[in-house]
Amino acid sequence: MRPRRVLVTGVSRPLGADVARALAASPQIETVIGVDTVPPGDDLGRTRFVRADIRNPLIAKVIATAGIDTVLHLNLIANPVVAGGRAAMKEINVIGTMQLLAACQKSETVNRLVVRSTTTIYGSSSRDPALFTEDMEPRQLPRGGYGKDAVEVEGYVRGFSRRRPDIAVTVLRFANILGPGVDSPLARYFEFPVVPTVLGFDPRIQLLHSSDALAVLLRAAAGGHAGTFNVAGDGILLLSQAVRRAGRPPIPVPFPAVSSLSRLASRLRVVDFPPEQVGFLAHGRAVDTTRLREVFGYTPRYTTAAAFDSFVRERGLRPTIDPEQVVRAENLLLGLMARRRLVGAP
Amino acid sequence: MTAAGQPPSGEARIIPLARRPARRAAARPPAAGRPAATDPSPDAAQAGATVSPMGRMPTTGRPSPADGSPTDDASPADDASPAAGGAPSPDAGARTSKSRTASRSAANTASAASRKRPAGDAARVAELPDRSRGAKKPAADSARTSKTAEHVDGPASSATVDGDAKPTPRARRAAARGTTPAAATPASTGARKRTSTTRAGRPTPPAAEPTATGTGDATTATGGVGETDPVPAATAARAARIAPAADMAPTAGTAPPAVADTASPAGPGPASDTAVSTRRATATRAKPSAPEIAAAPGPDPATLPDVDAAPIADPAGLERALAGMLAFLRRRITGDYEVDELGFDADLTEHVIAPLLRPVYRGYFRVETRGLENVPDTGGALVVANHSGTLPVDALMTAMALLDHHPAHRYLRMLAADLVFSVPFLAPIARKTGNTLACQPDAERLLGKGELVGVWPEGFKGVGKPFSERYKLQRFGRGGFVSAALRTGVPIIPCTIVGAEEIYPMLGNAKTVARLLGLPYFPLTPTFPWLGALGLVPLPSKWLIEFGEPVDTSALTPAAAEDPMLVFELTDRIRETIQHTLYGLLMQRRSVFF
Repeated sequence: MRPRRVLVTGVSRPLGADVARALAASPQIETVIGVDTVPPGDDLGRTRFVRADIRNPLIAKVIATAGIDTVLHLNLIANPVVAGGRAAMKEINVIGTMQLLAACQKSETVNRLVVRSTTTIYGSSSRDPALFTEDMEPRQLPRGGYGKDAVEVEGYVRGFSRRRPDIAVTVLRFANILGPGVDSPLARYFEFPVVPTVLGFDPRIQLLHSSDALAVLLRAAAGGHAGTFNVAGDGILLLSQAVRRAGRPPIPVPFPAVSSLSRLASRLRVVDFPPEQVGFLAHGRAVDTTRLREVFGYTPRYTTAAAFDSFVRERGLRPTIDPEQVVRAENLLLGLMARRRLVGAP
Repeated sequence: MTAAGQPPSGEARIIPLARRPARRAAARPPAAGRPAATDPSPDAAQAGATVSPMGRMPTTGRPSPADGSPTDDASPADDASPAAGGAPSPDAGARTSKSRTASRSAANTASAASRKRPAGDAARVAELPDRSRGAKKPAADSARTSKTAEHVDGPASSATVDGDAKPTPRARRAAARGTTPAAATPASTGARKRTSTTRAGRPTPPAAEPTATGTGDATTATGGVGETDPVPAATAARAARIAPAADMAPTAGTAPPAVADTASPAGPGPASDTAVSTRRATATRAKPSAPEIAAAPGPDPATLPDVDAAPIADPAGLERALAGMLAFLRRRITGDYEVDELGFDADLTEHVIAPLLRPVYRGYFRVETRGLENVPDTGGALVVANHSGTLPVDALMTAMALLDHHPAHRYLRMLAADLVFSVPFLAPIARKTGNTLACQPDAERLLGKGELVGVWPEGFKGVGKPFSERYKLQRFGRGGFVSAALRTGVPIIPCTIVGAEEIYPMLGNAKTVARLLGLPYFPLTPTFPWLGALGLVPLPSKWLIEFGEPVDTSALTPAAAEDPMLVFELTDRIRETIQHTLYGLLMQRRSVFF
């Protein structure tokens, strides 16, 4: 059954807005209702915006009155700055999800639920397998922040799907999303003129281009693919490699200092890279996307490297070390060598 | 002997198989004078199968129908020499080198040919003085002479191309003499060179052994030419003997064309009838050699492009090397390189890590590798090896062996303990050089992708065992590697490493310190930690790495991985194989350091 009346949560943030706009543009869809606590910044087409906090039972009324059949729950906030603090972020992420699930459970009309999750739930540790598949348990559960929220959210979603087996639940575990409009801690991180890294470590990171994230969400909304899927661009980048591709000189910082530095940064509102994410900067994480390609039937158009390059391009990041200068320097040296040979030859 | 027994370090290490037989053969110089048929030793049989100059030689003596063409001038002796024919040429023994890789059947046929050959030639040579009286015959003979001379040229040039086996001055002289009268034709030498270069990789110095016998025989040959010298001549020997004969009958007009013909049978042969017939004979005879070359034992480690042999000597080469270095730096600075999803950085491994390890591999531990043909060129395989040495240097050396000396230059993807990935600086290097966490999913992922995976199932128990327990295999984990291989259906290749035990003899274990540092053990060696960082310099033991016969698992279904009994049995079998090979190699080892 194709979706006709869709509810999108977290519609005021870039990904939610994109999804709402794309759904609204589709003629088969009768109604698109966007829910968020703040009004969306840009035009969402014919999306009806409901300013509602999913933390209170108002959401149930919205679902009931509109006769929603598909719920896209994208309101998982990674950045405490956006939510207005860690406590508020946790409220929105966890309590909001509980409220939404409660509303869905009561609903007669809802038959599909798509939940945005994150690969952060796999944690980051030195004992991680190279690639996580959907069935793997994290070696070390995320101890705080976003990752912990996501673990709890997924727990509630699992409970929900047990109670309402008739509702198809799709959980999409997104890798770090980078794209033109994405404002994530990682995006901010790469915008620094010099990039602090953990001394002695070089994590593998996996990225997802925002256009791929959008396509996957729309495909999930269109239906037919219940289950849990890792969503990430093919391949990986080493953090050092990414930093070099962005033309940023890295500044290695000893492990113990990284936490305090990140705490200082969040205090100064420069970037909020939660201390619990420091493990990610040391050990990285990569996931296996076989199930996405074979079961879900979607192959990301951007590889990790391509997603990163396009991020650098679209953001107009001015490289501190210009690759063109490097090429020029190389050519200059080659030219010098050639000239020396020509002079030396006769 | 010098050249045969002790080829300069570089290559001989690669074909350790060659060394012992070669030494043995060289140890009995009078092999030439040995009664003919008494020595159909396996050595000889295998020697025939080797394709270096010897492999080509059988063609000369092959009793092919074409052989009959020049026999209008052949004395009965030619046929009456089966007795002498049984004798293997001494260099045959010396060239056992790669032969073990050759299939037995090939060896037998080839050796049959080679057994016939020397006699035929010897007999023909013996006729020389008689026939040189005839007007026509010298031409034919000198043609034959020059042909044989070329054979000398073959090995000699191959030795030089080799850059490995330095031909002794004698060999060079013999070769030179062989070439001067006749084979000076550039065409022939060129052609020879081509063939010889294809073989140049063969690390056994082909010219060396002939020299020893060559000069010895040469004197007899020049003095009392011919008679019934049944000595199954070595190539050089024959050349040396024949060279003067060619001088005796320097029918300059006929000889060189004949030579040219041997090199390129298609060439115009304006010579006398006999010369032409000789040519035809040689041409036909030359043919069988081709399949023999083709049938050369597959993986020949020495044919690998030698990284050190990069043409840095000439300025253009230097410039290319510099340009390559610049390109590498550019790639690194701009991040323009590929890293696979497990974090393996081939660019870095090949251009930085391997060049750093290579001197250690070659110069310091002088690693000898055996049985590389047991490692498949493509597809997944699981290399299972014993672990030792306090620090896992053995893993690095095994990886180097497969990267440098395997014909397909395979990267070994190693499974490492989780400790490795939590140590700063070590963790990223480990991933970039192809290590990944030793866990079932990673192993199966790599094997499923068709990678060559290395595993050291003894783990810390093996690498950190006290020196007193050296070369005693520890428990082989829980057999996880076997079930990974069963699930992916890849062969298991037992690999035995000798020499790694002695690099850091672990005399004691400071357990308290280890616990404080969170390490599995804290080694106390004769030098560490007493000498500080200097104590980290390993002892220069001599290493042997042998890859054994693969254990095929394709017959077993992936379901077999669920059968613990089968998994344990297979684990045990592989452990036993490695333990036995260890004992065998230890017996062969002359000393720890040489």
